[in-house]
Amino acid sequence: MKNKLTYSLNYRKPKDQYSDNDQLMVCIRYYHKDHKNSKAKIIKKSTGVKCKLSDWDKDWHNNPDRSPIKSTDPNYIEKNKLLKQKVDSFKDLYFDSFSNNGYSTELSANVPTGPLENKWTFHKNKINLVSPGNKRSLDVIVVGTGLAGGSAAATLAELGYNVKAFCFQDSPRRAHSIAAQGGINAAKNYQGDGDSTYRLFYDTVKGGDYRSRESNVYRLAEVSANIIDQCVAQGVPFARDYGGLLDNRSFGGVLVSRTFYAKGQTGQQLLLGAYSAMNRQISRGKIDMHNRHEMLDVVIVKGKARGIIARNLVTGEIERHSAHAVVLASGGYGNVFYLSTNAMGSNVTAAWKAHKRGAYFANPCFTQIHPTCIPVSGDHQSKLTLMSESLRNDGRIWVPKNIDDVKAIKSGTLKPTEISEDNRDYFLERRYPAFGNLVPRDVASRAAKERCDAGYGINQTGEAVYLDFASAIIRYGSEKAHIKGLDKDDNELVKKLGKEVVKKKYGNLFQMYEKIVDQNPYETPMMIYPAVHYTMGGIWVDYNLMTTVPGLYAIGEANFSDHGSNRLGASALMQGLADGYFILPYTIGDYLSSDISTGPIANDTKEFIQAEKEVKEKINYFISNKGKYPVDYFHKKLGKIMWNKCGMARNKKHLKEAVNEIKELRELFWKQVKVPGDTNEFNEELAKAGRVADFLELGELFAKDALIREESCGGHFREEHQTLEGEAVRKKEFQYVSAWEYTGSPKDAILHKEELDYENIEVKERSYK
Amino acid sequence: MKLKLKIWRQKNTEEKGHLVDYDIENISPDMSFLEMLDVLNNELIEKGEDPVAFDHDCREGICGSCSLFINGRAHGPDKLITTCQLHMRKFKDGDTIYIEPFRAKAFPVIKDLVIDRSAFDRIQHAGGYISVNTSGNTQDANSIPINKNDADMAFDAATCIGCAACVATCKNSSAMLFVGAKVSQYSLLPQGQTEATNRVVNMVNQMDLEGFGNCSNTGACEVECPKGISLDNIARMNRELMKASFRK
Repeated sequence: MKNKLTYSLNYRKPKDQYSDNDQLMVCIRYYHKDHKNSKAKIIKKSTGVKCKLSDWDKDWHNNPDRSPIKSTDPNYIEKNKLLKQKVDSFKDLYFDSFSNNGYSTELSANVPTGPLENKWTFHKNKINLVSPGNKRSLDVIVVGTGLAGGSAAATLAELGYNVKAFCFQDSPRRAHSIAAQGGINAAKNYQGDGDSTYRLFYDTVKGGDYRSRESNVYRLAEVSANIIDQCVAQGVPFARDYGGLLDNRSFGGVLVSRTFYAKGQTGQQLLLGAYSAMNRQISRGKIDMHNRHEMLDVVIVKGKARGIIARNLVTGEIERHSAHAVVLASGGYGNVFYLSTNAMGSNVTAAWKAHKRGAYFANPCFTQIHPTCIPVSGDHQSKLTLMSESLRNDGRIWVPKNIDDVKAIKSGTLKPTEISEDNRDYFLERRYPAFGNLVPRDVASRAAKERCDAGYGINQTGEAVYLDFASAIIRYGSEKAHIKGLDKDDNELVKKLGKEVVKKKYGNLFQMYEKIVDQNPYETPMMIYPAVHYTMGGIWVDYNLMTTVPGLYAIGEANFSDHGSNRLGASALMQGLADGYFILPYTIGDYLSSDISTGPIANDTKEFIQAEKEVKEKINYFISNKGKYPVDYFHKKLGKIMWNKCGMARNKKHLKEAVNEIKELRELFWKQVKVPGDTNEFNEELAKAGRVADFLELGELFAKDALIREESCGGHFREEHQTLEGEAVRKKEFQYVSAWEYTGSPKDAILHKEELDYENIEVKERSYK
Repeated sequence: MKLKLKIWRQKNTEEKGHLVDYDIENISPDMSFLEMLDVLNNELIEKGEDPVAFDHDCREGICGSCSLFINGRAHGPDKLITTCQLHMRKFKDGDTIYIEPFRAKAFPVIKDLVIDRSAFDRIQHAGGYISVNTSGNTQDANSIPINKNDADMAFDAATCIGCAACVATCKNSSAMLFVGAKVSQYSLLPQGQTEATNRVVNMVNQMDLEGFGNCSNTGACEVECPKGISLDNIARMNRELMKASFRK
């Protein structure tokens, strides 16, 4: 069979279940082979045009000169014309790349064959390399300078590529990776407690509730140990014990101590490490750093990502930047909830623009709600503050057993310290005796919500539980007293010594808590409640971290690959650095090796001019639209919908409502948003307007994704799918990655599935009991 | 709470700025200082006026974006915190609050309270790194034990968030605490020894080029530093500089 381009209808269920009046999406179908002996590939691309089954010309295949939609459709002329245009631009955009890279929108993860533990080594040995001389003539754009982007930019520049890096902050050192507190995992087994690459891999897949790609996770575990070596060589001051060797602590969902840390500021120290590596390359002129720049579109030329449109946030100037490949390291989209532990500026715009240009968006509904955050205090709140998971090593989570005690606490007549041990419900220890307070985040969050929903929440809003250090203080204190040969029965002395130990371990976190809540956590238990923290979903990438657009890569939190439906603590830093230091720099070379004779990419071609024009139009729209409400008004409303209907527990009814409400809110936003100032100046409201516009589209896809996933897994909890004890019920038929293709609006996004096979792990019920 | 705000407004780097008065009501003591400014800005936008520009991002005291000179103090009246961690309970009903940008010759105002701190980045480019490739093929992380005390001191120095409060509060606009912290972090670790001479010389040269003043040991920087970076780091940097001058 020859290569053939045809139209087809997108059936989502067996054909005989459709009636003649059903509307179906028309797709372009391209059947082709790179070589006559190679496997045939089928590319299916939605056109955005819909047609009734009865208006579809079934004989069309036999007569390519006829138009596919019959004259019985009232708009058949326009529709056929539009289809013709779509075919033309399809050819224009993609034909070139078919022959070069065998680009296919069929979801093939390009996982190398062979045994799991050898895949990465074999793959590295097989893929193409670029010679040092040729690297000098290749440009790479990196968007975002957190752990993933910073480490990637530094490494690519060190290899010899010309890197252009972009961040919206005033310095790469301020990317939000800096706020990560607890630590970074690595399978070093320094503690000799049975850790190994396989065990880290196993814990991550299990912790992700069997919704991540086996081969990627194994590779992550494999390179994790190198990260620690690398960072120490860079001068990252990790915590050490008295022998001068590195110290470890334990995190949720695992039974070993493999977390390396630098007090409660591990993210800061690792980011400053990556920043220092960047500085070395900036000073060599190998990284061209663009601070206070925001990417507003990705430019596709002949099917390949060839540059970006960025806005200089100081002057307002719109700039075109070209390169041979584009790397997105723009972080997660937790701010779709308005209130989250993300930084105020964290946004989905770069990822969403890529999605609109053809990159599939995977598992958008997989969001991590972190159990230990400071509760919301009022309507004025602009963000939430995380208390590191490491606190659960020593803190015990509880609520009162008796509802009368709850009432007394709320009315201020009873203090939590006055409640006796017998009258406390340490609900995590009760429900999950094996892991206790160190169950994974999704499990701990839901358990707290369950207690609060039952009326046991201990603050005025009823949305808080205690995190108590009293017993840790006593335990550490008597240990210290014993070492020093002091009286272990002297309560005051033991408390004093214990507080010193706790202060050494968590001092900065306790101080942070006290500043925000105005209570002393050494004396009275902390109040905590779950908050949105991390997004496991993101841009779909294959084994090489390339998106469905050739030459466009996504790394770190911006991609979806390693954490399944729930991320384990201290694994985000690991993934960001693994992607940036050790994975992308290899895989991108394989792609760029075919570009060595391309020469510089021009930024004055029609694709760049068109993309720039669209960006400018949108910006001008915001400024000239004299609406009624500031951007925050809409963002807060969106956040409420997301939290109430797509939050810790979801159900069909709420999700359907969310889809509609977000759509309505989006329409209102475009009519009524008010953006002050001008386009050609420092204008934060303008930047915010663009970000919220994208959140308003993402939110709808998020709800849609949660709606089709009729199961509970990890951070995605559907109330319809739970056991009698309230545990998640995962379903075999949803053992896939949902990857959404943009076709004009979130409601019409087309679902592609990447089936997940587990060859090296037995898929079991995830139990922490 | 009801407050009177006197805020520095400046359209851009070129134009002259001045203090503008704003009255604000219904401020909860539980609000953070920046949330109070959010309230003001939303009121300004609704009135059709230009909101006050200020830098901020993580709002938990670690990214170093936020600045602000509040009532004559960098990061306001409270100690060991950044502006974003300052809460309104530190003020009284009816207070007048002066809000200005961090001022230094090396930090031009971009707009209102937003300043350009890229001079700090350039000092780091000059030597704020250890020249090791990011291949991951270095020796095992535990092959060089590091004395816990040194490691802890290196960490304390490394916690600098680059907010520039030290410069803003110094009567000489000196960046010695900032530079001293970075130099100290590396000089306390064995990994940083190889390049120690060049590092301190290059970083100090760049610091002077950027137009920061010298240190006259008043210690104001240490008092206002949100991370409590110690003045010892300046002493250590001076020692390193001295050593470097012998080695040369």
